[in-house]
Amino acid sequence: MFLDSELIRLLAFVLGVVGFVAMNAAYLVWLERKEAGHIQRRIGPKEVGPYGLLQPMADGLKLMTKQLITPDGVDPILFKVAPILVMVPAIMSFVTLPFSETLVARNLDVGLLAVFAFASINVLGLLLGAWGSRNKYAVISAARVVSQNVAYEIPMLIIIVTLVMITGTLNLHEIVTLQTGGFWHWNVLKFTASPLMPVAFLIFFICMLAETNRAPFDMAEAESELVAGAFTEYPGMGFGVFFMGEYANIVVGTSLATILFLGGWDCPLGLFPGVHWFLIKMYALIFVVIWIRWTYPRTTFYGLLNLSWKILIPVAFFNLILTSAMLKVF
Amino acid sequence: MTAYFKEIISGTWSLFVGLGITIVYFFKPVVTLQYPHETVPMTPRYRGHIDLVWDEVRGTNKCIVCNGCMKACPSNCITLAGEKAEGGKGKVLTQYTLDFTKCSLCGLCVEVCPTEALEFSKEYNLAGFDEKDYVFDLLKRLEAKHS
Repeated sequence: MFLDSELIRLLAFVLGVVGFVAMNAAYLVWLERKEAGHIQRRIGPKEVGPYGLLQPMADGLKLMTKQLITPDGVDPILFKVAPILVMVPAIMSFVTLPFSETLVARNLDVGLLAVFAFASINVLGLLLGAWGSRNKYAVISAARVVSQNVAYEIPMLIIIVTLVMITGTLNLHEIVTLQTGGFWHWNVLKFTASPLMPVAFLIFFICMLAETNRAPFDMAEAESELVAGAFTEYPGMGFGVFFMGEYANIVVGTSLATILFLGGWDCPLGLFPGVHWFLIKMYALIFVVIWIRWTYPRTTFYGLLNLSWKILIPVAFFNLILTSAMLKVF
Repeated sequence: MTAYFKEIISGTWSLFVGLGITIVYFFKPVVTLQYPHETVPMTPRYRGHIDLVWDEVRGTNKCIVCNGCMKACPSNCITLAGEKAEGGKGKVLTQYTLDFTKCSLCGLCVEVCPTEALEFSKEYNLAGFDEKDYVFDLLKRLEAKHS
């Protein structure tokens, strides 16, 4: 029959990934508000449901009931397509992210490349949305997003190149299997490859923050102070989808950091590997991302580009050269 | 060149120090007052609208209906009436209304009162929809407080 196992598997993974992304996007907002509250010694959301757990549902409901206004003079196609262009690549990236030994939608040989290819489309979506809005402030904001993303792609990709040199593969599943057997095998602590590996992880993390437009590099959106920057003109659920796209991108970025540096589904003591370890590491990193947001003030744009071009890129290059030398010697 | 590396290292270190400070605050107990569910005790010097003072000895208010407060009030928000006390000197208060919509909380009425019959109340939760809600009958309030 046409209902072969492959099709069922495909459907299950599509539903699973979309559900995972949607629930994450919803509940990361809750987590963010809760964590921000506790860092400021407040409680955070607490009224809607127990511990405010129904708050994301209420927010979603509110956004859905709002009228979808299309302002005068916008490019109708770009304006409608842009939120989808932000959300879909984030979901697409999950195709090749291995959650555990068996739980992976498509074990591509170029998985890492695919994730980065999809991650770049997200910027395009933001730019098109801002351009289609016919709003000069949105366009300026989008230009800043693009320059920020371009500036931080470079050190990130240099770090990725060093990693690929160490692992010798672009297949994410293999990258993780090379790290199994306890935390001293993880790429963060692989001092035999390069003594600067923790620094590389730090650079990757900073670039991930900048790529996903998170604080302290969020001057392009500043959704709490400016009117959402690049998506100023978006009403209701259009804004909501952009917002969800941002959080989905955070999930992608932290998953990638987990896979590349923290050994994916590997248990720190090499006992019980499984999807739970992946999720624990991922959510710990997400916690750190939110923690960083409520610690540091926003950088200036000048400072952001300086950090990338003057510090991260030289250090990443140095790390690349060092790694290649170490690999040659040992 | 030395300064460059020094800046990188000290800058990274300071970032971690900042994270350490916020995580300490993260685990500290919450200090927020959940306002609609719990209220803050008002300070004794809080100057809300005026209220009549309860006289413990005589079991009534201390007012002698001298109209001092009414004359002192710059915005004419106090109206009071009294009648001759039965078989005695002086007057007894029969009506004391405060129009809080006009009141500017200057406290001159409290200052001028010769028998110290007025005090500031501790009311602060005074939002409402109707102007009539703010015409207080202070005698009724006093009786309700000490009935």
